[in-house]
Amino acid sequence: MTTTTAPRTVTTLPDPQLAPLMRVYAEAVAAKRRQLMLGAALFAVALALAVVGAEVEPATFWAKIGNFTSYFSRLAHLDNGASVLSDPAEWFWGLRKWSLLIGETLLIAYVGTATGALLAFCLCFLSSPRLMPLAWVRAATRRVLEFGRTVPEIVFALIFVVAFGLGPLPGVLAIAIHTTGALGKLFAEVVDNIDPNPVEGVRSSGGTWFAQVRFGVVPQVLSNFVSYSLLRFEINVRGAAVMGFVGAGGIGEELITAIRKFFYADVSAILLLIMACVVVIDLVSERVRHRLLAMERG
Amino acid sequence: MRDIFLADQAGLGARHAAILRPSISTRLMVGGGIAAAIALYIGGLAMLGISPARILAGLHRLGDIVALMMPPIPGTWTRAEIYLHALGQTLAIAFLGTMGAAILAIPLGFLAARNITASRILRFLTRRTLDAGRSIDTLIWALIWINVVGLGPFAGALAIMSADIFSFGKLMSEAIETADRRPVEGVTAAGGSRLEAIRFGIVPQVLPVIASQVLYYFESNTRSATIIGIVGAGGIGLVLSEQIRVLEWNEAASIILMVLVTVAVIDAISERLRAAIMGRK
Repeated sequence: MTTTTAPRTVTTLPDPQLAPLMRVYAEAVAAKRRQLMLGAALFAVALALAVVGAEVEPATFWAKIGNFTSYFSRLAHLDNGASVLSDPAEWFWGLRKWSLLIGETLLIAYVGTATGALLAFCLCFLSSPRLMPLAWVRAATRRVLEFGRTVPEIVFALIFVVAFGLGPLPGVLAIAIHTTGALGKLFAEVVDNIDPNPVEGVRSSGGTWFAQVRFGVVPQVLSNFVSYSLLRFEINVRGAAVMGFVGAGGIGEELITAIRKFFYADVSAILLLIMACVVVIDLVSERVRHRLLAMERG
Repeated sequence: MRDIFLADQAGLGARHAAILRPSISTRLMVGGGIAAAIALYIGGLAMLGISPARILAGLHRLGDIVALMMPPIPGTWTRAEIYLHALGQTLAIAFLGTMGAAILAIPLGFLAARNITASRILRFLTRRTLDAGRSIDTLIWALIWINVVGLGPFAGALAIMSADIFSFGKLMSEAIETADRRPVEGVTAAGGSRLEAIRFGIVPQVLPVIASQVLYYFESNTRSATIIGIVGAGGIGLVLSEQIRVLEWNEAASIILMVLVTVAVIDAISERLRAAIMGRK
């Protein structure tokens, strides 16, 4: 690079020495570019396949995208055509019923999360090499946890509704099993990363296996466990809100009926209730988690 | 060693009073919290109408169902082909939804980032929108999109896209905020414009992080796309819920098995790609 205004000129290597270096540089750039082009081509092929597979119809989309915006405007109007804000009492006519159902949703999420967290608590010690000497028990526990978190909770709910009947029970069980799988993995990772000295201390002073877990492991992991469980509770509240779609209790049943029967004002009212509830729970749980973190740091 | 400790019990108690004898207020708070949690749990069980008898009866039926699921293989080849086709559709939904969300979330991410958007009000509005949007589940989005574009996988792809835009926006804004300032200053000092500062100063730092997050979401969306059919938005979920409703447990189990294998394969591939991307950083 040479500049006309600079007082000093930049010295460059003589051409014979520079040429091979430039060639290597050009090759490196070309190789990187080829790699990028190959990636882009693969990506384009995958995208094209996906567009065909998902039956994307741009024409229908453009023709009907108006429905999407008008859908939201319909959500904002009562049956008689007035804006929802003009008559909040009419908009939230079912507030009593919906609040009870939201309460049920929260209970489903709570009981499901608590059951799942308890099971995960018991199972995570069985999957840790530090606390479980038998390899086959560890492997079996890990497979069970993996199964629990890979199968979506709503699939469990679909099956449980047949086995346990309609109502909140299948929802609770579905959430509990999925939570066991998800938390079990996180808990096991926490247990794997603990400081081994307290456990060895308890063992060397003659502590039993339970004493080792109770006094060596639990004090180190408890705040982390509670924090992860709270995070899972936040996720499960969202999950419990749609459990009713398959008949597994909570507000979901009311919501899917309202959507399917085009009760627009009801849909927006219920959605707002769910959103408000989720946001409040997230805020509270975030507070608690930050306090737990502070407690852990001392 | 043990004897020494036992002999010095009183001394240990005096030196570590905070650990061995926590203050009454901490004890009350912890004890009260635990008691409240247990009470809510038991009360919740009662209010939801969950009793041991119901659980036992259900477990009995569940045992029958699991027995009926064996062997988990599709009855005929035609059925297997239908499932494979639906599975392909599921992957297409997940891929399209994830990519669409990632692209549409880019402007939102920049709007919500502290080091890009100077206007406090704009940033606040963007963030609250992102927070509120995240509280709506993919299945709810699917129901809304079905009303707009009709039943089918397209509604599913749009639903996954709508549900993910908000989380992607938040992730991107965080990635952009944690980006190193110095490259940006370097570009500005060399006379680059604001757009060039973003292109050469921020994008190269943010891209690998975002790409690995996109892959991660693709994994998670593969799972979501398997269930989105339950409400009629295409993919394997539609077939699965049909088979469960007509109590064809063999078929249902075979579909679940196929989903598990697919998810595992996608996870493995995406993990490799992620490692490659992060390595090249």
